[in-house]
Amino acid sequence: MESPSNAHGQISSIVDIQNLSLTFQAADKPVVALDNISLQIKAGDFVSLIGPSGCGKTTLLRAIADLERPTGGSLKINGKTPEEARLSRAYGYVFQAPALYPWRTVERNVMLPLEIIGLDKAERARRTAEQLDLVGLKGFEKKFPWQLSGGMQQRVSIARALSFAPELLLMDEPFGALDEITRDHLNLQLAELWRRTGKTCVFVTHSISEAVFLSTRIVVMSPRPGRILDIIDCDLPRERGLEIRETAQFAEIAARVRHGLKEGHSYDD
Amino acid sequence: MTRTLPVLTVTLVLFVLWYAGAIVLNGPQVTSMLERSGSAWTTADFIRECWNMGRAVLPTPHQIVIDLFHSLFDYSPTNPRNILFHAYVTASSTLVGFIVGLVVGAVLAVGIVHMRTLESSLMPWVIMSQTVPILAIAPMLIVILGNMGFTGVVPKAMISAYLSFFPITIGLVKGLRSIDPLQLDLMRTYSATQSQVFWKLRLPASLPFLFTSLKVAVAISLVGAIVAELPTGAVAGLGARLLTGSYYGQMVQIWSTLVVAAVLSLALVWAVGAVQRATVAQSKAPS
Repeated sequence: MESPSNAHGQISSIVDIQNLSLTFQAADKPVVALDNISLQIKAGDFVSLIGPSGCGKTTLLRAIADLERPTGGSLKINGKTPEEARLSRAYGYVFQAPALYPWRTVERNVMLPLEIIGLDKAERARRTAEQLDLVGLKGFEKKFPWQLSGGMQQRVSIARALSFAPELLLMDEPFGALDEITRDHLNLQLAELWRRTGKTCVFVTHSISEAVFLSTRIVVMSPRPGRILDIIDCDLPRERGLEIRETAQFAEIAARVRHGLKEGHSYDD
Repeated sequence: MTRTLPVLTVTLVLFVLWYAGAIVLNGPQVTSMLERSGSAWTTADFIRECWNMGRAVLPTPHQIVIDLFHSLFDYSPTNPRNILFHAYVTASSTLVGFIVGLVVGAVLAVGIVHMRTLESSLMPWVIMSQTVPILAIAPMLIVILGNMGFTGVVPKAMISAYLSFFPITIGLVKGLRSIDPLQLDLMRTYSATQSQVFWKLRLPASLPFLFTSLKVAVAISLVGAIVAELPTGAVAGLGARLLTGSYYGQMVQIWSTLVVAAVLSLALVWAVGAVQRATVAQSKAPS
């Protein structure tokens, strides 16, 4: 386990973003996707990035994952550059689509990163069984992706991201394509998974209630250019049931998120 | 079996047309033959002669079946009068050519997918190679290879390979590029090496494309082998049998060779399909 403390014994951030900017060179004119973003994510945090389409939340997540290259500012993961972090397999990434390999069974999909890392067969089998148990998919090892529902496929994708025990879990609207009932169910499972594993999570979402339900902190972003408008602490108890969404405290935080989005003209035409 | 009836109907219609065609095409010769014989003849005689004529312009299906039957059962399979002997000769150069085509086609495809310069430099040649008529290429290759001391299977297999590498290259390039960009991003998050991306992602993703190409390639490989047997005056092989059939006006022999070539082609395509079912069987929802 990596310690969250640095050499001076202070609690340091696992993700440290300072004045980050990222500009895409489009054909006609440059597009500013991220503008002067500063954000610290502490170990064990569950941080949601919320905002309307085009606000750069996915770009920010992809920059952390070294899938996009920032054009300015600094971005460190455990004191390392994103590329070093990627090469040391510091994070697991869950995409919007499950991106499972159709020719591999559930079990062999979860094993994929373990094969790439080069673990031996017994260790691969052990970790795969452990992860599938964690996402509640024991008994589905030999199924092919097309035999599973969308929600189950996304759970396989989460198990796959966790299989090589990364410190950081990056999720890009993992439940965006699912119906609300399945989404509620998976939110509960994810909250439980986070509580049990203590992973640091960065979670991109469109949904206010999803963000409030899951997070310890919510980062509200605005589009064109992508900026952080507000960072809201979400101090609901760690053990959460769906009924927490009926409480006044939940409503209050949700209102603040909505207010932040409104400030960023997210509801304008 | 709702498909049996339509297929049977079409088959029946074809047979009716075939026998009718035999009367039309063989009729003039049969008439003059009967005239020459001098004796009286009926319409029934006329039709029977049309359908059983020795050197018919259009032999009838039962004549072809009888010819095949005699060829298959009257001689040992190693005898050149048995059509299996010729089928074996052609099939062996087909398979050698197909395997060479597969290797060459796959190497080209992998190169093209991984190196941009190869795509712009090789692709035009790959496409141009197929615009040249194979009937022009075949004699040249056979003469050149013969001069270098290659005779028998090798020159024929080269013609097969020349035809079959093309669909394999095209199909495999398409297949290796068929991956979702998300899948590539995923491999990047695992810091996978180039070869891991190839073996674990690109190649398995390309298999459905590859097998479609392989079915085309194996059939075209057989065409290549038969074509290669034509200009060389080969003494063995289905092409040689076609050639002697046309020299001596043995239309029945040509037709029975054609039937065997078609059956051989079906068997080869079926074999590729069987390998496909065994390797990529369950990866997709049954459609």
